[in-house]
Amino acid sequence: MASKRFLFVNRKAPFGSGQAGEMLDAALIAASFDQHVHLAFLDDGVFQLIKHQRPDTLEQRDFASTFLDLAEYDIDHVWVERDSLAERGLTETDLLIPVTLVDRATLSRMMADIDVVISA
Amino acid sequence: MKFAILVNTGPFSHQATESALAFAQAVLASEHELIRVFFYFDGVHNANRLAAPSNGERNLVRAWSKLASERGVDLVVCIAAGLRRGVREANLAPGFRISGLGQLVEAGILADRLITFGA
Repeated sequence: MASKRFLFVNRKAPFGSGQAGEMLDAALIAASFDQHVHLAFLDDGVFQLIKHQRPDTLEQRDFASTFLDLAEYDIDHVWVERDSLAERGLTETDLLIPVTLVDRATLSRMMADIDVVISA
Repeated sequence: MKFAILVNTGPFSHQATESALAFAQAVLASEHELIRVFFYFDGVHNANRLAAPSNGERNLVRAWSKLASERGVDLVVCIAAGLRRGVREANLAPGFRISGLGQLVEAGILADRLITFGA
């Protein structure tokens, strides 16, 4: 099957809605179909990547630990919007995994190079 | 041009779902092609044939089914998202089929444009 560049845009906090976990599921499936998968985190979506999450206290699935294994799925493009982090008092050191920090204007240019953008 | 549609919202809570249906109808009325509509997240509720809106209210579930029966549109419900929300073969509306997320990925590959509703 042909290979395209997919971008999954994560804009929701991890447990305020069920969308974060299901977005990750979709990204992993795209990767398993040998697509070039990119993840972008912006707005409250940046909270998905912060360290020391305790989903067990909410009886929620610990999908954040899957971010640690992204390399196994050949997902190595993780973009985080710099402005969204700063607006929430976060820095790169608060994040679970190494990411590429991009500003808003750059992110929109990067999105223009993507074949399939999926957001929720 | 080949279009595919991703519906992320339920039938009676968001304008996005109405817009998705209107967009699908517009594609079918044009020279373009609609290769698949994929229902994910709360979008799976669009496939629940037990939905019974009151008289005078638009029945979106039936409207989608009609697209399948009259125009042969491929309506695919994500199995994992569906099971999680109680949408399964037993209550699947006519014209929908249940399959995996691979069908969403395939739609993205085959279509020239994948349009998301409910972002």
